[in-house]
Amino acid sequence: MDLTLKVWRQKNREDKGALATYKVKGISEHASFLEMLDVMNEQLINEGVEPVAFDHDCREGICGTCSLYINGEAHGPDRKVTTCQLHMRMFKDGETIYIEPWRSAAMPVIKDLIVDRSAFDRIQQSGGFVSVNTSGNTQDANALPIPKMNADKAFDVAACIGCGACVATCKNSSAMLFVAAKVSQYAYLPQGQVERTERVLNMVEQMDKEGFGNCTNTGACEVECPKSISIEYIAKMNREYLSASITSEK
Amino acid sequence: MSKGLSNSSVGRKVLMALSGFFLLFFLAQHFVINMLSVISADLFNEVSHFMGTNGMVQFVLQPVLLFGVLFHLGMGIYLDFKNKAARPIKYAMDKPSENSNWMSRNMIITGVMIMLFLGLHFYDFWLPEIKDKFIDGKWDEPTKYFPHLQHKFQDLARVLIYCVSFVFLSLHLLHGFQSAFQSAGFNHNKYTPTIKKLGNLYAIVIPAGFVFIALFHYFTQL
Repeated sequence: MDLTLKVWRQKNREDKGALATYKVKGISEHASFLEMLDVMNEQLINEGVEPVAFDHDCREGICGTCSLYINGEAHGPDRKVTTCQLHMRMFKDGETIYIEPWRSAAMPVIKDLIVDRSAFDRIQQSGGFVSVNTSGNTQDANALPIPKMNADKAFDVAACIGCGACVATCKNSSAMLFVAAKVSQYAYLPQGQVERTERVLNMVEQMDKEGFGNCTNTGACEVECPKSISIEYIAKMNREYLSASITSEK
Repeated sequence: MSKGLSNSSVGRKVLMALSGFFLLFFLAQHFVINMLSVISADLFNEVSHFMGTNGMVQFVLQPVLLFGVLFHLGMGIYLDFKNKAARPIKYAMDKPSENSNWMSRNMIITGVMIMLFLGLHFYDFWLPEIKDKFIDGKWDEPTKYFPHLQHKFQDLARVLIYCVSFVFLSLHLLHGFQSAFQSAGFNHNKYTPTIKKLGNLYAIVIPAGFVFIALFHYFTQL
């Protein structure tokens, strides 16, 4: 396949950035999208041009590191996959492909296609955890009876890899699907009950501080989420938040 | 910690939903009363007179309605500004229609169009009513409502503006009805499919009914 790539180039946070056009030839349709970018970068190095910086790690769809807005969609035109699991067979020979970083005030571009997703880390640190005493007498989690449906739902949302596709695709740059997943995965489990009230209040407060937009229920996030996390969990978070707002003593 | 509902993104969503529910209820009762004008002029006059002179309606429900309308509009515009600020740099290539529908993405456009229409609607019906009662002191005019309605719908341009406005109302409701339930935290495998169907039905039947009423009065006066 021969392709024309329109790639976002930006030296650093302060640089204004612009789209650059590169042509790549002889790409296999069986190659992954990131492999195609590897070929492009080799070509750029040979030409004496600085290679394009992009995030990637496991290349197995489980780490949530890769994050590209490809031809107008988060993680590209395929569904239920991250960028690393997107294959070139999804494109046509001779096609022009736009490759951009996530766009959000809360996730500024660091360089080229890499964005700063530490806002997600700070949201997690504000409440996305369970405090467990690790003195050696920790109870086996399997000893606690959990209804199968709750276990399944907790597992569904725990599948969130924090890639940020929900933010990238939402017209408002809202992080509510991510936060909803992190709130819900504990709200369904007995281990999460102790910090349940504070968790949702703190995580929503941190989300707002980071400058993410507001959810308007377009549902775009659940369509583009590589782990197919449903917006029913945003409704769940809203219930959790309402309940916590009313019952919290703080 | 909790800072009050109006200070958090989730809280504001819930407040938008609650004001939306209130407006949905108001719209339904407005529709039912307007339909009476098609069935019987006397009945329409009687119910309109009751609504226009009842103390509870005038001094409790009317201010609540005004507040609900202004809150829904004000909060909608405020949230839209905040949302636009959350993405200062747009994508060079974006395909939002691949993952969401037009109605859900353009609530601010349909909402503002509805509010512009409300300006005309208030000018036509609400302001004269306020002037009659609170400036001229004329509270007991039980037969004025139907002729006033007929008079307004003699003008083709006005009828057309009303009809186009109801299309915007329909587009707003097609997303707004089910979205209000989602925002209020009500999303359930068993009930949500029915809520979505009901929402679509409401969003089509009520605006289409208002269009019918406007056209009915226009054509019956030709």
